[in-house]
Amino acid sequence: MPTAVAGPEIERLIQLLARLPGLGPRSARRAALALIKKREQLMAPLSAALQIAMERSSICRVCGNIDTSDPCTVCTDERRDPSVIVVVEDVADLWALERAQVVNARYHVLGGILSPLDGVGPDDLSIDALVKRAHAPEVKEVILALNATVDGQTTAHYITDLIGHANVKVTRLAYGVPVGGELDYLDEGTLAAAIRSRTPL
Amino acid sequence: MQWADIGIVLGARRHGETSAVVELMTRQHGRHLGLVRGGSGTRQKPVLQVGNLVSAMWRARLDEHLGYYLIEGLDLRAASYLPMAHALYGLNHLAALCRLLPERDSHPAVFDLLEHTVAHLGDPSLAAALVARFELELLAELGFGLDLGSCAATGRTAELVYVSPRSGRAVSREAGEPWRDKLFALPAFLGADAPESQSGAPSPAELRDAFALTGFFLARHVYEPRGESLPDQRHHFIAAAVGGK
Repeated sequence: MPTAVAGPEIERLIQLLARLPGLGPRSARRAALALIKKREQLMAPLSAALQIAMERSSICRVCGNIDTSDPCTVCTDERRDPSVIVVVEDVADLWALERAQVVNARYHVLGGILSPLDGVGPDDLSIDALVKRAHAPEVKEVILALNATVDGQTTAHYITDLIGHANVKVTRLAYGVPVGGELDYLDEGTLAAAIRSRTPL
Repeated sequence: MQWADIGIVLGARRHGETSAVVELMTRQHGRHLGLVRGGSGTRQKPVLQVGNLVSAMWRARLDEHLGYYLIEGLDLRAASYLPMAHALYGLNHLAALCRLLPERDSHPAVFDLLEHTVAHLGDPSLAAALVARFELELLAELGFGLDLGSCAATGRTAELVYVSPRSGRAVSREAGEPWRDKLFALPAFLGADAPESQSGAPSPAELRDAFALTGFFLARHVYEPRGESLPDQRHHFIAAAVGGK
């Protein structure tokens, strides 16, 4: 059994850091050591930033994004096209699309996907709010940017059934070969989907 | 402990940052779970989609351990079903039905029918007929099989067109006529003497009759004793494959 090499306060810091995604006990120990060594340059600003983020961050009541204002900066940005709503599973997906700068639209974060195995049903997701938003007169298109998995696409079909009566175009992301993907390394399922979704040149 | 088998993926749940606990319906070892290292990664995730046929090698130090799977894809058909609502609802429904079976209990007949059904999920009316048959087979495997071979009243084996909700036995047209409103209709494709490859797909009315029949007995024998109602994905599948709620 390993013995603690630091005081209980530092051990507690290491334990908490080790709970973060991407960090195990060893890397948490290294991170804690780096923080302690750079007390003024790193630890104090990080501590202050954590405190402020904890106090001010909230979930947007319109789209479900995480921000320090409610409604969030995406929802209040008037330069964005209000006629398009991009539906994503999680805030991480919203951030990924924003990083890519490929769509200048509003978002809707479901907060998960339907998963019978995990007991996640429609009532656990922000689907009712999406249906309400899709019926707004200014909305013309809903893009279902959900994962190309059985659960992700089941959720997409379920939402399509629900908003089918709204006067909006419902689209989904394309299936197929990723940029940089080499055909002989791709799985047969992806190749089959790519052939089925082929487009004329 | 070690064995190799073929299996159909019923589900995969993320475990830690890179691994996944995968649930397979295997031919010889029944519904069986195991840990797949790297199962949440981009290389393995396409293989671990519900409905894919895989070859699996399971290893554990003791039989009662969760154990580790080494999995290789044989038929990655889930990807081709992604654009089809009825197929995805069907996959989820079939996986949920398989979860009614006890773990590590061999059901080769269920596996064979599941494999046949999943392989033909692309065609909505054929898929609906196969799913209804699968529900019937599952009832039998759970010990609540319907007796559709002869008439409960007369013993006749011809013109069996009804099923008694009380006994779960077939009733002939002649004997059931006075009580036709209280009996379930027995579609020809579900009958005990139905040909394996029936010419022509069943009509939507026959499919609705079939699901009314299997749904009643599934609810009474399987779901209601657990305090549950028929799962939503079943309703969605029927609506997408047959039409109407």
